[in-house]
Amino acid sequence: MRKLSSLAFIVTTAAILSACSTPVKVSEPPPVVERPVEKAVTPQADTRTVAPVETKSLDPLDDPKGVLANRSVYFDFDSYVVRADGKPVVENHSAYLVKNKNRSILVQGNTDERGGAEYNLALGQKRAEAVRKAMSTLGVPESQIEAVSLGKEKPKAEGHNEEAWAQNRRADIVYK
Amino acid sequence: MKKLNMLYTGLVIAATMGSMAPAQAQMRIEISGVGSNQIPVAVAGFANEGVSPQKISEIIKADLERSGAFKIIDAGVINDVNNIDYSGWKAKGADALVVGTVDALADGRYDVRYKLLDTVKQAKISNLDKAVTAQFTRLSAHLIADDVFFKLTGIRGAFSTRISYVKQEGRNYQLMVADADGENEQLALRSNEPIISPSWSPDGTKVAYVSFEQKKPVVYVQNLITRARTVVANEKGSNSAPSWAPSGNKLAVALSKSGNTQVYTVNIDGSNLQRTSNSSGIDTEPQWSADGSSIYFTSDRSGGPQIYRMNPDGSDVKRVTFGGSYNISPRISSDGKTLAYISRRDGNFQLFVLDLASGQEQRLSDTTDDESPSFAPNGKYIMYATRAAGRKSLAVVSVDGRVKQRLTTQAGNIKEPTWGPFMQ
Repeated sequence: MRKLSSLAFIVTTAAILSACSTPVKVSEPPPVVERPVEKAVTPQADTRTVAPVETKSLDPLDDPKGVLANRSVYFDFDSYVVRADGKPVVENHSAYLVKNKNRSILVQGNTDERGGAEYNLALGQKRAEAVRKAMSTLGVPESQIEAVSLGKEKPKAEGHNEEAWAQNRRADIVYK
Repeated sequence: MKKLNMLYTGLVIAATMGSMAPAQAQMRIEISGVGSNQIPVAVAGFANEGVSPQKISEIIKADLERSGAFKIIDAGVINDVNNIDYSGWKAKGADALVVGTVDALADGRYDVRYKLLDTVKQAKISNLDKAVTAQFTRLSAHLIADDVFFKLTGIRGAFSTRISYVKQEGRNYQLMVADADGENEQLALRSNEPIISPSWSPDGTKVAYVSFEQKKPVVYVQNLITRARTVVANEKGSNSAPSWAPSGNKLAVALSKSGNTQVYTVNIDGSNLQRTSNSSGIDTEPQWSADGSSIYFTSDRSGGPQIYRMNPDGSDVKRVTFGGSYNISPRISSDGKTLAYISRRDGNFQLFVLDLASGQEQRLSDTTDDESPSFAPNGKYIMYATRAAGRKSLAVVSVDGRVKQRLTTQAGNIKEPTWGPFMQ
């Protein structure tokens, strides 16, 4: 239908043009010819394709490549102090929470597998509290943070060696 | 497993499937070591016991054998329990003889009768006669074993008590209840998140535990009979380590609501929360003594974790452990005389007991990853979690360290054991 009407349009236009133009100006068809060429650029088979468009999220929390994507703070053996490599993580999330009063987090402390379940739960709590206190110092209200512990119950790394243990001496920031 | 005082090599009892729990996993019990004074007892097959869904005499034999207190003499089947050749049994070395009968009653129950006979005095020491439904035939065997144990040793038997523990396979966590021998296993709670620190109510009808189903540790009490669950402590922060007061209406718990983990007491409906310990560090793992006068707990107030005691109102705090730099998980025997705990020595986490009167300490295990000790209610055995062949399993040791058992399942990990009370 579209092709037919286009053809009809070309024929009619050509007829009008030729009708009201001098024989000299008959050499003008190029602009008219251009229109069918333009149509041909859009092949008919593509009418069902879907090209995705992504809107830019306004929430930096959702950016998988942003600084807020890093939500883990690691600790040394028998240590409950936020290390230098954990400070940017704490700072970035603190800045976000200060700006976004409606968001709140759980800080889940973890330990390696050595020792008792309950004592490790208390040690994991100390790691979570270290992160909570650091955030509090940076101005995050207490109402937006809950420090809890998973102890040794949810290891990120399952191995029984120092490499795995280092991965499990950790506090994770979890948005509610 | 290291074998101590081997008078016989490790006996393996393959678990028999109970008819009332067809889906149960098979638990294997390996025993090594024996008690210092084994009493020779002949246990006869009960007359007509084939009618019962459980072979009563086999369960009695397994219970008595596992205790390490008896040398079991096989007596075949004795059908005529009223005409006993006492001198014959005495000649075979038996000091006592267990005989019995089972009868199927018209109402579908089973009448289980037993007699304990003294071959020296040629007299009856004890007898029981009880009609039970099919599902309680196993229990009736455990109750007979309890009676034999008590009459011959003077110590109350704990074969009819139950245990609770957590089974884990990947992200499948199951809180289980089973007979003390690991048989008759029943599911109490299933979750995709960890469950730790189960603790029996003094009457044995409820279990308190810590569940992580809310992305954080929360203390629940679950009624095993009605399935009713109550949140007892869900304060801001972590809620853990429930221990029942002997009255059964209160729990001691560890909460981090103040910013550090401290001991609190709370009614079992969650009301009347009161802080009892007061330190700037960690105070956790409260354990009420059976007489209600003391709460033992783990504290790092001296640096590393050590065990302390206090009055239930938090007063009169005293340090209890001094050996080693890491002592956790206190459990107190029902007579209040012996403390069991886990100590780290040379990097190994091992089960220890401390005689509170003398201060004498004894290591009871030779494994390296022990956790969660729990006294049998008669105070003579301690169950604990350990690791064997890469899997978490349970072990039982007598308080004198002589008798050892290990309980394993075919797959998965079993941990966090807790021994239930004597049942009324």
